[in-house]
Amino acid sequence: MYDIVIIGAGPAGLTAAIYARRASKSVLVLEAMSYGGQIINTPDIENYPVAAHISGFEFANKVYEQAQALGAEFIFEKAVGIKDNGSTKEVITDDHTYECKAVIVATGSENRKLGIEGEDKLVGRGISYCATCDGAFYRGKKVAVVGGGNTALEDALYLADLAETVYLIHRRDAFRGDETTVNALKQRENVKFVYNSTVTKLGADKRLTSIEVTDKNTGETQVIELNGLFVAVGRIPENQNFAQLIDLDDAGYIKAGEDCITNIPGIFAAGDNRVKNVRQLVTAAADGAVAATEAVRFAASLE
Amino acid sequence: MNIIEVTKDTFENEVLKSDKPVVVDFNADWCGPCQMLKPTLDQIAAENDTVKIVSVNIDSEDDLAYDYDVSSIPCLVLFKGGAEAARSVGMKPKPELLKFINS
Repeated sequence: MYDIVIIGAGPAGLTAAIYARRASKSVLVLEAMSYGGQIINTPDIENYPVAAHISGFEFANKVYEQAQALGAEFIFEKAVGIKDNGSTKEVITDDHTYECKAVIVATGSENRKLGIEGEDKLVGRGISYCATCDGAFYRGKKVAVVGGGNTALEDALYLADLAETVYLIHRRDAFRGDETTVNALKQRENVKFVYNSTVTKLGADKRLTSIEVTDKNTGETQVIELNGLFVAVGRIPENQNFAQLIDLDDAGYIKAGEDCITNIPGIFAAGDNRVKNVRQLVTAAADGAVAATEAVRFAASLE
Repeated sequence: MNIIEVTKDTFENEVLKSDKPVVVDFNADWCGPCQMLKPTLDQIAAENDTVKIVSVNIDSEDDLAYDYDVSSIPCLVLFKGGAEAARSVGMKPKPELLKFINS
């Protein structure tokens, strides 16, 4: 039996592993994909204290090595459920069951898709969810960004430096993202705003060639010929597998405050999958520290 | 077997004319998920004789990336008998990679 099982090896889960190991608790980290979480997509981190510049890949490697050196165990399996037996918990993966005293759910979030026909088939053939990852393929080409939040705005600005034309498609007539970025975009001649509109169809031969955009108010449609479509319509917290046990809000985030405590004693939430206002690398790491401290306290209370 | 770097000049011999199925890993140095995928691919290459794995750097080999419609990386393309048989985009865990490679 482990003292603490951590689900997810992103910045929150890895930081939790460091704190729990330093408190001499036995720690298992379960990860479905690869350690690091979504930060590995970021080429250059400039807002984490101490490191003026570090790539997400390098950051992930360093934290992973730190957690491993402290004695955290890692198993690469997807957690599909948690069973609460009171003083013990069971974390269930596709292949195994791991018994422990406390669980930290640090599963993060995944990209929300548009949900229109042909989308899945065109991923990597014109459709992307990461402008900084794939922008380089669209130098001098025509692209569109869908979305109205900060990610969409920053993606559009990043792509405006590379692409010939950037259409920014937003379902409202105003942006809820950062005003400075909106103003910067308005200065760019190659950025075209398409308001009150949603993408309703994808045109493709071998790869994406056009999109159909429908105006929500008038119902009018227009076809835009392009090479790339960047989808930035938000993220979905990966809590579905634990929804029966843990209280979630309407958007699917775990209802846990800054103390990372959930409705179930002994189960804690850390990182982007928790209800919170600021989802940043540093706040994920902070959550890891808080959740681990609470989990250590809980495990100790059982002894 | 080790993963070798393939260029436009060697692609035909190494990939299209290969007797074995070939997985081409399109990647770049600046791509975090690609770097994450590498150790797993190295492992798979060492453990499997039935399939060959090669690497294409999309920055130096942009023609190959263009020819094979690669616009997101990491992108793995499985070639059988000189033709594309399957494609996998994005970071995947080892069991899924094995499933893809044997598809």
